[in-house]
Amino acid sequence: MKAPQPIDRFEIRLSGLGGQGLITLGRLLGSALALGHGYYVTQTQSYGPEARGGSSRADVVVSSRPISYPKTESLDLLVALSPEACNSYYRLLKKTGILLVDTTLVKHAPTNVYLGLPFTQMAREQIGNPMTINTMVMGAVTHLLPFADPKVMRKSLEANLPAKIREVNAKAFALGLKQAQRNFGDAGGIWAAAEENGQHSEDDIIV
Amino acid sequence: MAVQRKKRKRRELFALGNEAVAEGALLAGCSFYAGYPITPSTEIMEVMANRLPLIEDGVFIQMEDEIASMGATIGASLAGRKAMTATSGPGFALMQEHIGYACMVEAPLVVVNVMRGGPSTGLPTSPAQADVQMARWGTHGDHPIIVLSASNVQECLEMTVTAFNFAEKYRTPVILLLDEVTAHTREKISVPDPDEVEILSRVEPTVPPEWFKPYADTARGVPAMAPIGSGYRTHVTGLTHDVMGYPTQRPDEVKDAMLRLFRKIDQYYGDIQMSDEYLLDDAEVAVVAYGSVARSAHLAVEQARERGAKAGLLTLKTLFPFPRPAVEKLTHRCHTVVVPEMNMGQMSREVKRVNNGRTKVRTINRVDGQIITPSEILKAIL
Repeated sequence: MKAPQPIDRFEIRLSGLGGQGLITLGRLLGSALALGHGYYVTQTQSYGPEARGGSSRADVVVSSRPISYPKTESLDLLVALSPEACNSYYRLLKKTGILLVDTTLVKHAPTNVYLGLPFTQMAREQIGNPMTINTMVMGAVTHLLPFADPKVMRKSLEANLPAKIREVNAKAFALGLKQAQRNFGDAGGIWAAAEENGQHSEDDIIV
Repeated sequence: MAVQRKKRKRRELFALGNEAVAEGALLAGCSFYAGYPITPSTEIMEVMANRLPLIEDGVFIQMEDEIASMGATIGASLAGRKAMTATSGPGFALMQEHIGYACMVEAPLVVVNVMRGGPSTGLPTSPAQADVQMARWGTHGDHPIIVLSASNVQECLEMTVTAFNFAEKYRTPVILLLDEVTAHTREKISVPDPDEVEILSRVEPTVPPEWFKPYADTARGVPAMAPIGSGYRTHVTGLTHDVMGYPTQRPDEVKDAMLRLFRKIDQYYGDIQMSDEYLLDDAEVAVVAYGSVARSAHLAVEQARERGAKAGLLTLKTLFPFPRPAVEKLTHRCHTVVVPEMNMGQMSREVKRVNNGRTKVRTINRVDGQIITPSEILKAIL
């Protein structure tokens, strides 16, 4: 295991609808960062009493130091897989944070500075299984996290899934990663741009 | 012949608080679980259902409700097992009568209550800390009880082991109070090797069966316990009983029995009352917190220090018997004590009682199903 790149409280929120597998995504992502990369990670969840539908979210905090508060307060990365989630949590995003949406479902993002891929459509048409949306998002998120090693993430993902769904999810992960690389460009560049964009809007008040 | 000992590594897991509770229970030697699933405690039951059948003599039963769960747990305990059940508010309410029975017959066992919003069905998937006084006083009659809590996932494992140790050492039910946030947070934990952990078990009689008095007083106040079926005659009743375990109304015997129940816990307060101090040596404002809110408070104290405020944190790991010495010290030294909790003031009531008007006690109360954030606590500190 390489020594992890130092980071101080990187906050991720994975949000959308119940049934999209967001809490599983949080678990897979957290497990890969904690056990695969050696970071301190807390993953918390919030969901309604419904089995499907309703809102659902998982928060992941990553740090090189022990984490006290396990939930998120200001987000570095917001993943929104439903318009409601996007609208409710956008205001919690740091000025220098990044918004990633599912463009199949989120037609009108509350900002024009965001990254998007049609995850639902890709899962349905290219993988043939809409339930793989979460692992596909994990692929895209892996590309966006400058401290995540795609190989380690993939290995951890495969280790955490039961055999009968391993292959299809590995395929979805690879597709998410590839499309993110192709469409978003280099991760370093994305964060540099977000940083610059954040500085320009220093005077704006985000309530 | 030299025996080469294989060095076993600690197991690392990315686990839920609930899963850590189950790991801790198995580590402590729990071999019996009876329960009824309820959000947000269900994962404890799921892990026990998977793991107990794999260990020798391990028994897992899903009961018809929480009343029966508690009854089965007491039965297993009296038969010599280390036994546990887990539930949430509504189930914990149903268990109360049997918890009193367990206090009376001095059955060592562990009850985990993962607190969710209440009263009644309330908010099944949201956190609260509103069962604190219920854990202390939920069952009727004057009784001592040990109530523990945990604020992070590693602590869930450790405090479960501690809960079993206290239960066995003091022959008492021990309640482990978690909240939904702690129970449903995943973190990296390391599961120690069983050899590395101190595990206590109940004292069994050393006298021949015909001399055995099942509720005889001892120096520690804790009678030796013979598992039912071991050849030692034992009588179990919820009625106040004499040293032989048979009902009595003789005032002298009733008094002895009741006072021994209290004394076996009272005289070991120093061992039982656990708390963690953080930056309290020079603190002028102290936060007293427990469970997941202690984690918010930890960050708030760090942020307050960055801004030059002399803040500190006392995390209560034992809720009852209330860690009076640790809290009393703060009320002498600090100008303000802040008590954040997800209820309308159940623990601040204890802090105020100990404070006795000495210093200012500020409460932060939240009952909307959301955890108290670091910024809310920071505002109260500054």
